[in-house]
Amino acid sequence: MSFAQRHLKRIYSFIYKTLVIAELEARKLRHDPTELFTRAVQPALWLLVFGQVFTRVRAIPTGNIPYIDFMTPGILAQSVLFIAIFYGIAIIWERDLGVVHKFLVSPTPRAALVLGKALSAGLRGLAQGFIIIVLALILRVHLNFNILALFGVAVAVILGSALFSTFSLIVACIVKTRERFMGIGQVLTMPLFFASNAIYPISIMPSWLKVVSHLNPLTYEVDILRRLMLLGGTSSYGVGVDLLVLILATGILVVIGAVMYPKVVV
Amino acid sequence: MAIIETNSLTRYFGQIVAVDNLNLTVEEGEIFGLIGPNGAGKTTTIKMLTTLLPPTSGRASIAGFDIRHQSAQVRKVIGYVPQLISADSTLSGYENLLIFAKLYDLPQSEREKRVRGALHFMGLDEVADKLVKNYSGGMIRRLEIAQSMLHRLRLLFLDEPTVGLDPAARRAVWEHIMDLRNQFGTTIFLTTHLMDEADELCTRVAIMHLGKVAAIGSPAELKKAVGRGEDVSLDEVFIHFTGNELDEGGNFRDVSRTRRVARRLG
Ligand SMILES: Nc1ncnc2c1ncn2[C@@H]1O[C@H](COP(=O)(O)OP(=O)(O)OP(=O)(O)O)[C@@H](O)[C@H]1O
Ligand SMILES: [Mg+2]
Repeated sequence: MSFAQRHLKRIYSFIYKTLVIAELEARKLRHDPTELFTRAVQPALWLLVFGQVFTRVRAIPTGNIPYIDFMTPGILAQSVLFIAIFYGIAIIWERDLGVVHKFLVSPTPRAALVLGKALSAGLRGLAQGFIIIVLALILRVHLNFNILALFGVAVAVILGSALFSTFSLIVACIVKTRERFMGIGQVLTMPLFFASNAIYPISIMPSWLKVVSHLNPLTYEVDILRRLMLLGGTSSYGVGVDLLVLILATGILVVIGAVMYPKVVV
Repeated sequence: MAIIETNSLTRYFGQIVAVDNLNLTVEEGEIFGLIGPNGAGKTTTIKMLTTLLPPTSGRASIAGFDIRHQSAQVRKVIGYVPQLISADSTLSGYENLLIFAKLYDLPQSEREKRVRGALHFMGLDEVADKLVKNYSGGMIRRLEIAQSMLHRLRLLFLDEPTVGLDPAARRAVWEHIMDLRNQFGTTIFLTTHLMDEADELCTRVAIMHLGKVAAIGSPAELKKAVGRGEDVSLDEVFIHFTGNELDEGGNFRDVSRTRRVARRLG
């Protein structure tokens, strides 16, 4: 086999194994999809209660779009974050059961194990996206149904889910116990959420918080969603920059995750 | 060439030495048993040999591949059933096997046949499409062994394969393990607390105590070494080899040794 062929085969094998891991998670979801619906309760409450109230009081400057429109992409990003950030719990749980051991002993590249998990988080994220879009329709949010834009939304949701679930996996591999993870999970999600443009624009933030927001990948997730999901939606950084940030951050985290993942069993 | 070879293999956890200068050689086709009380270092040994845990010092090779520097090659040769029950309870038995068939690169044309064949071999045809959460402990154990034999690997690590099983289920697992060796020539490396299990199943056993091998040989050889005729049990062999360091004198010694070991074996 030539050099190039060998590499092609490795790349093919890597992609294949990644998809097998994602398939595993998809099969679990198919056996028990109830989780998808229970997870939809929280974003529904945000949209219905918080969204409706703040649309009425007009307390937050959102340019020429209603507040409910402004926050819908933010709530999608939030629910992607909340689902993904607790992926670490599942990793610890699987470690306690010995499932992780079996995967690690199989001839599967570590990065494929991590990326496969990340993609499956994307699957859950997509299900959330679907539910939130339906809710938004009912609330008469001005959604953009252009096919290309919808495709972009799907890509952004998968990327965001992959990014935060891999981050969560890395945290799990460091803290190693469920109790500690639960504590840290809470401590991480709230700042990530509030130090972003999810439910208010960055322009009204104090300057220290602006800096933090610009370092927060969730900001770019919200930005791209806001541009693509809404009719006449605008982006502060541009779709290209948003995508670049999300892809780079995910790539870096997957590489770190591949190094950390085997340590969870030690 | 020996399929397993260890050379002063050592692992510390902080100050505790879990495996202490282990030297072992296992030949292809053996059913090799590592016997020892809780905390003897059996699982730690298996984790090092399966590339899950890096040794603190010393070396080991599997089928000629170094466990540390050629871990990816090692993983292509070995299967592993962890001490904990590790099948995915939210998937069916068939799906559990299917995923691993893919991870181990079984060609698509053979996958279905092998998976069904392995389920049949372990007597699980009838429950194959039920979710694993409905299986009994014995069925899950058999499923896990079915999973590990799918790929006809050369070497199988079974960490306490019959823990928690009733005598009938235990006997069934023993028979399957022996069939596996006899039909496919798979080398088996297993651990156990149960002397009758080692006696029944193993071609050779190593008695492990405080991270060291206290004695090694076929069950018959070990009994002979105790030098009290034919009817010595492996239990007595165990006491003979591990109780030696505490010399309390007189008949009292035998009693206290028996008690001590009985307690450890719980
Ligand atoms: N991850 C770990 N961190 C700290 N100590 C550990 C760890 N794993 C094992 N040990 C210690 O190493 C020693 C050997 O443990 P090991 O699990 O290998 O024993 P074992 O023979 O498999 O016991 P058992 O029969 O209970 O399964 C024990 O003293 C244990 O407490
Ligand atoms: Mg053990």
